[in-house]
Amino acid sequence: MSAPAVDTARVGDPGGASAFSDDEVAAVRARFPVLSRTVGAGHALAYLDSGATSQRPDSVLDAERDYLTRSNAAVHRGAHTLAEEATQAYEDARSAVAGFVGLDDDELVWTRNATEGLNIVALGLSHYGIGAPGPLALRAGDEVVVTEMEHHANLVPWQQACARTGATLRWIGLDDDGRLDLGDLERVVTARTKVLAFTHASNVLGTVNPVPRLVAAAKAVGALTVLDACQSVPHFPVDLRALGVDLAVFSAHKMLGPTGIGALAGRREVLAALPPVITGGSMVEKVTMESTTFREPPQRFEAGTPPVSQAIAWHAAVDHLSALGMDRIAAHEHMLTERLLAGVAGVPGVRVLGPTTARDRVGAVSVVVEGVHPHDVGQFLDNEGIAVRVGHHCAQPVHRRYGATASTRASVYLYSTTAEVDAFVETLGRVRDYFGAA
Amino acid sequence: MSGLDQLYQQIILDHAKAKHGFGLRDAGAGAASADSHQYNPLCGDEVTLRAVVATAPDGSAAPVVADVAWTGEGCSISQASTSVLHELVVGRPVPEATGLVEEFRTMIRSRGQVEPDEEVLGDAAAFAGVGRHANRVKCAMLGWTAFEDALSRAVADLFEASPQPGPPAVSTTTDQENA
Repeated sequence: MSAPAVDTARVGDPGGASAFSDDEVAAVRARFPVLSRTVGAGHALAYLDSGATSQRPDSVLDAERDYLTRSNAAVHRGAHTLAEEATQAYEDARSAVAGFVGLDDDELVWTRNATEGLNIVALGLSHYGIGAPGPLALRAGDEVVVTEMEHHANLVPWQQACARTGATLRWIGLDDDGRLDLGDLERVVTARTKVLAFTHASNVLGTVNPVPRLVAAAKAVGALTVLDACQSVPHFPVDLRALGVDLAVFSAHKMLGPTGIGALAGRREVLAALPPVITGGSMVEKVTMESTTFREPPQRFEAGTPPVSQAIAWHAAVDHLSALGMDRIAAHEHMLTERLLAGVAGVPGVRVLGPTTARDRVGAVSVVVEGVHPHDVGQFLDNEGIAVRVGHHCAQPVHRRYGATASTRASVYLYSTTAEVDAFVETLGRVRDYFGAA
Repeated sequence: MSGLDQLYQQIILDHAKAKHGFGLRDAGAGAASADSHQYNPLCGDEVTLRAVVATAPDGSAAPVVADVAWTGEGCSISQASTSVLHELVVGRPVPEATGLVEEFRTMIRSRGQVEPDEEVLGDAAAFAGVGRHANRVKCAMLGWTAFEDALSRAVADLFEASPQPGPPAVSTTTDQENA
């Protein structure tokens, strides 16, 4: 294995790239129509919930509309002009999104969302698929390893796969700073490990995990690696081939694209060994009344009508991100994350879940406000036009690990400003007083 | 009043701190009780509520709500609404209590359209503003849903223990705010 060209250590150390200047941020923001709206009593919107879903620029909205107003047709069938244009645009989108993460176009499967991608893998590994259990199939005695910081989407499908196959689920714990307890790595990842599924960046803690180290541990025991890249691909340069993971999932709507489409991406030989679990039209070669043969990946995993206009919009989204430069976006968010962490550290009665420094960290900062429930915190912030996420963020175990049932999360993106971060911190400082908890 | 102050009326903030009825107590002798645990998977809020019913002291057919004991964790809206519930229904005949639950539900679900009758709902009328926040309706209903569920079983238990001329009408509908 060659040394990874993209080391996650660079996250939090943006190297040569600089954050956007005030003028540049203004230009970035001008492309996002929703950012100019007001909320409630005329408050400017401070959208700090991009970790849940990002906003979409005009280029993405226009791309989808242009396609629909000019070339809309069923793809991979029909011989008319529109069908040809639609198919071309759809497959160009596949190349663009695959290229954005360092892969070739035959290594990217369109899915409904990242969750579906993880389920396709977990189901495919648990004899749910057609044909004889393949080389990847889980069996009793095998172990699947996840981490304690997973989103439910990268935990529940594996619990289910283990329940179906008799395999055992194990996990890597967390240290008090919100990072993986790598002391667990050698203890938990053993010769019995068949799958190591882990998140690249935690949607709650913001922690960026050391992918090369985890991949090396998995490779040493011949385990399959599955990466949840939903919170990494939108925020810093990610080269999945260089990282050496077998499979990864990510989602369009967290990276300026539309909802309704995600990707399962990975090494072509791994995709080729994975049985399809959703069958029907478009994924077949020859069908008789008795039996069917299946197409090669990626089409093998794409039964039924695909999300065509969404794929085309996603293409525009990765173009938009690339034009701005992922290294500069990462640098901008790093600067904002440092400011956010420093600001929150100065608010009495507020505790951060996750690393308190911006190194190896993305800009999702979850806090627990002593004596005030997150729903009340969120409502108070909304009253000032500040949009954050409250609740358990689909990650109950990681909250439990840090003695919380829920939290309030601010998450930044390329269009976020220092003023928004400051407004969040300032308003957060008034929450406990309002609810009588100070 | 700002939108925030309309939602978080002082009565609500006070109840969220006072938490009337908080703590799970045992039902007294001669009373029947049942517990209900309600959980909001969206935010992780939960409440465990014990409804205690007893034969009416004046010997009338309908039993009375002898206690509403509860514990749980949640936002100020859910905590305050359960505290208000305790204040409102303890000591009342069961049919009257179920009627109040209906009244409260109607108000909360009306999206702020139904003007609450303060004479009837007392402090609970302060929750009228919650109806305008669709994502907080479940918070306001959490304890009341638990009460409705626990009450119907507590009443059934009471009549099983000491058969009487026939149980009073108790609403058995459960809240369906989960959508």
